[in-house]
Amino acid sequence: MTDHRHAVIVIAVMGLAVLATRIMPVLVFGRGEKVPEFILYLGRVVPYTAMGLLIVYCLRDVPVFEAPHGLPEIVSLSVVTGTYLWRRNTILSVVIGTALYMFLVQSVF
Amino acid sequence: MLPAKDCGMYIPATAKDKTGERDLRKITGKDIKAALHTSSPIIVTFLVLGIGYGILMQKHGYGPVWSLLSGIIIFSGTAQFVSVTMLSSGSVLMAFITALMISARHVFFSISMIGRYRNEGRRKGYLYYALCDETYAMLSKDDGPEGVNVSNYRLLVTLFDQSAWVTGSFLGGWIGTLLTFDSTGIDFAMTALFTTVFIQQWIDNRNHLPAVLGVAATLACRIIFGRDIFLIPAMIIIIGVLTAARGRIEPEGGEHHD
Repeated sequence: MTDHRHAVIVIAVMGLAVLATRIMPVLVFGRGEKVPEFILYLGRVVPYTAMGLLIVYCLRDVPVFEAPHGLPEIVSLSVVTGTYLWRRNTILSVVIGTALYMFLVQSVF
Repeated sequence: MLPAKDCGMYIPATAKDKTGERDLRKITGKDIKAALHTSSPIIVTFLVLGIGYGILMQKHGYGPVWSLLSGIIIFSGTAQFVSVTMLSSGSVLMAFITALMISARHVFFSISMIGRYRNEGRRKGYLYYALCDETYAMLSKDDGPEGVNVSNYRLLVTLFDQSAWVTGSFLGGWIGTLLTFDSTGIDFAMTALFTTVFIQQWIDNRNHLPAVLGVAATLACRIIFGRDIFLIPAMIIIIGVLTAARGRIEPEGGEHHD
């Protein structure tokens, strides 16, 4: 029972931390009638920097100096890029890219 | 130059739009269809990743109800995967600090949604609470297809994404052990998703400074600061450069007053 109480507390505490990171900026900057101009500016440009940040974040554990040197990632991301430029279809590119990547890491490398 | 649609041309959720309906908060089939279309790659991936999480939880002695609870209370894939080993023992303070560090990027995302979500009223609470990386990627890029009520669209995309994750993790804890499917590499779907959004943004904009900055600053920080804390310095650098280079990013300085 003590065990379960600890688990509940950990989930609650981690939930609180995650919620804080998502909601604090709004409580600080978004309460008033008028949103600060600088915050609106960040809202216009941050989405364009955030995708690069997220891509690097996703690839943070790719081994560059050891085999396979990020080759599955390079090949699959090239296919994602190619198919997206060709068809402009997110679902298609995500499905093909992921299937290829899974095949590469499971059966080839 | 950013496209006009992203330059503060915000349509309040309560205003009349092209469809001319009186109660725009009423969810239409069109809203659902558009949201499902946007969410579909995320739904598929979240179901599979969620099953993976549910199986892991099960292996540590926490059944489907635990996964369900965690998916509702924490709702952050990375934080939840890390939490698995912390549930049975360890410092509560450490769990809190770990979750804060893992989630620090959400500060960055939420800040950039304040302008978009400012007229969301009572829906704000849910929209921010459930703003995961993938939902952010889909909802920060545009206001959805033409003729769709943007407020409903946001609510539904957010809800579909979270539902898929929670459903997947519940299923994983319940019947996951019966599946013999090797899901190694499935998380690449997230990388692929962010990449397609990145390409679309690249095509839509002539000024590539924000895009290049995002990749370069984060990559540099990953190399300098190691794998655990690099996002925090990266976000500080990005905000610093965006502030300093504002004149180059938005040269005409228009449309700033709302």
